[in-house]
Amino acid sequence: MEASALKIESLISEHQHLPGALLPLLHAIQDNIGYVPESAYSNIAKALNLSVAEVHGVVTFYHHFRTHKPGRHILQICRAESCQSMGSEALEAHAKNCLNIDYHQTTTDDTITLVPVYCLGNCALSPAVMLDEEVYGRVTLTDLDALIEDVKIKVAA
Amino acid sequence: MAKQLFIPKDSSALSVGADKVALAITLEAKKRGVDIEIIRNGSRGLYWLETMVEVATDKGRVAFGPVKANDVAGLFDDDFLNADLYIGEKCVCKNPLSLGLTEELPYLKNQQRLTFARVGITDPTSLADYLTHDGYKGLGNALKMTGVEIVKVVTDSGLRGRGGAAFPTGVKWNTVLGCESSQKYVVCNADEGDSGTFSDRMIMENDPFVLIEGMTIAAVAVGATQGYIYLRSEYPHALGALNSAIEVAKSAGYLGDNILNSGKAFHLEVRRAAGAYVCGEETSMLESLEGKRGLVRFKPPLPAIEGLFGKPTVVNNVISLATVPIILDKGAQYYADFGMGRSRGTLPIQLAGNVKHGGLVELAFGITLRELLYDYGGGSATGKPIRAVQVGGPLGAFLPESQFDTPLDYEEFSKIWAVLGHGGIVAFDDTVDMAKMARYAFEFCAIESCGKCTPCRIGATRGVEVIDKIISGTDTAKNLKLVRDLSDTMLNGSLCALGGMTPYPVLSAMNHFPEDFGVKQ
Repeated sequence: MEASALKIESLISEHQHLPGALLPLLHAIQDNIGYVPESAYSNIAKALNLSVAEVHGVVTFYHHFRTHKPGRHILQICRAESCQSMGSEALEAHAKNCLNIDYHQTTTDDTITLVPVYCLGNCALSPAVMLDEEVYGRVTLTDLDALIEDVKIKVAA
Repeated sequence: MAKQLFIPKDSSALSVGADKVALAITLEAKKRGVDIEIIRNGSRGLYWLETMVEVATDKGRVAFGPVKANDVAGLFDDDFLNADLYIGEKCVCKNPLSLGLTEELPYLKNQQRLTFARVGITDPTSLADYLTHDGYKGLGNALKMTGVEIVKVVTDSGLRGRGGAAFPTGVKWNTVLGCESSQKYVVCNADEGDSGTFSDRMIMENDPFVLIEGMTIAAVAVGATQGYIYLRSEYPHALGALNSAIEVAKSAGYLGDNILNSGKAFHLEVRRAAGAYVCGEETSMLESLEGKRGLVRFKPPLPAIEGLFGKPTVVNNVISLATVPIILDKGAQYYADFGMGRSRGTLPIQLAGNVKHGGLVELAFGITLRELLYDYGGGSATGKPIRAVQVGGPLGAFLPESQFDTPLDYEEFSKIWAVLGHGGIVAFDDTVDMAKMARYAFEFCAIESCGKCTPCRIGATRGVEVIDKIISGTDTAKNLKLVRDLSDTMLNGSLCALGGMTPYPVLSAMNHFPEDFGVKQ
């Protein structure tokens, strides 16, 4: 068994007895291996006494869960109204253009996955983006360039 | 003695470099051989001034902001640590970033901070700090009262659900109290997804103990022993703050099998949401907590009677729960003395979007939008006229300038076919295209619809298509009528507020800004 499958097995046994265990379990899997592989559905279903269809239904209902391995870093751009009022559309276009990808896609060098987000709670400092778990406010096109450049340098190092 | 400095660790402050500022100050102090102590407090919510660095003096804290890392050497050169010299009109020292005494800043001084009394002042993770600043006084009182008495205080305070629905909190608690059950729950809805809102986030990051205390009081009142905080996944800093505060509260005996030796048990756990806006709807949230897709439930049964895992459940928003401690501490009348009409107490208002001075403004109900936008907000950030504001998140109406004198009050807003919601105000300048905003409202509804009811699931997608036709100038009059018909179906036929209120932004945009929809004036 490969390492990620073993990890998933141990996460299943760690979480399966929680009330309403499925979401905490899916979070734990994604936190650990970056996504929820479809190959894990049947074991999850068995442990939680659910059907595979139910597991699939839950994974795909929530925007947060991914079924494919993302890039090394995740760049989320806020599309909600507050950020729109401060020019987030230009940020979105700029990011897609610079990275040469659309939303939910990963750059060819596997560095960045671009994801839309609907509010980061940083609305007094719009427009906002989030790189992995860090929020950035009052983001200009130049700031975004610098962020992307930083990521590339880090990955290359 | 080491000079005390305060640098926020609120995520919005971090978003403009608070960590870098803290590091720069630490290094600069070391270089100059100055003894300092940095406390990472919460944010005061004057976000345009972040990173706001405060220096403690005998007369109070003196603020400097917005500080960037490269301003730090200059601040030391100007002797900012001798902050006494920066107080008063005739102060001898000058630095372009000096703001004087924090408490004297008009934006802050003119507020009525009850729920946010400690926010920005204390170290969020310090229980000692919380206790020094009146923390756990409310619970102390509650533990001497019966459930019926606690519920009466909350009911008499006039507190209404701050999540947006404005349902009287005490009435909800009373229903759960009256249910016989072997297990009851308290669930905090922290799935704050409305654009333009961040008050829940601020409470959870900057004063997590007040939420824990509020939930504990709710549990004691209704006889619940287990609580969950359903927290949106977009708030990793709030997750960290809550989990660490819960651990501290547990080990100090404020949570657990025997809270403060009262013989009462209350256990609390944070559960992460997963990016579905609809899970801010209470029944959808309960489904999600049970590990299912967040499909909205039919009501009745009410969650108060058959809620989480089919048991009686108190479901309240973060702000509602975080307001309970001060009500139990100072009494129902103290809280009810603020406000107007049936909107009692204060509302933590969030000024956001295209506004110069965005931030958190907690005030009694009754202040007008215009006062908020101009006296507090300072007008638009871009310097252009404010053309529209959306109040109450993505399901709230757009208001034109002619409605800016409406006082913030649930009933006054309802009279103009608008909602206060969770208290978020998003300003737009005159470059906004309202047809595009109406399209976005439908698009958002289509992306976030749970899919259970047809008006929302299909209506939102059809709405985008029809607005696209209007934008392209195809059969404008006919298609505008079609949007109204569709909106009527969604308003009256949807299962929850997502489909049922999407017509608010759409129709208000059409009604107040017809020129953007190709209608000749």
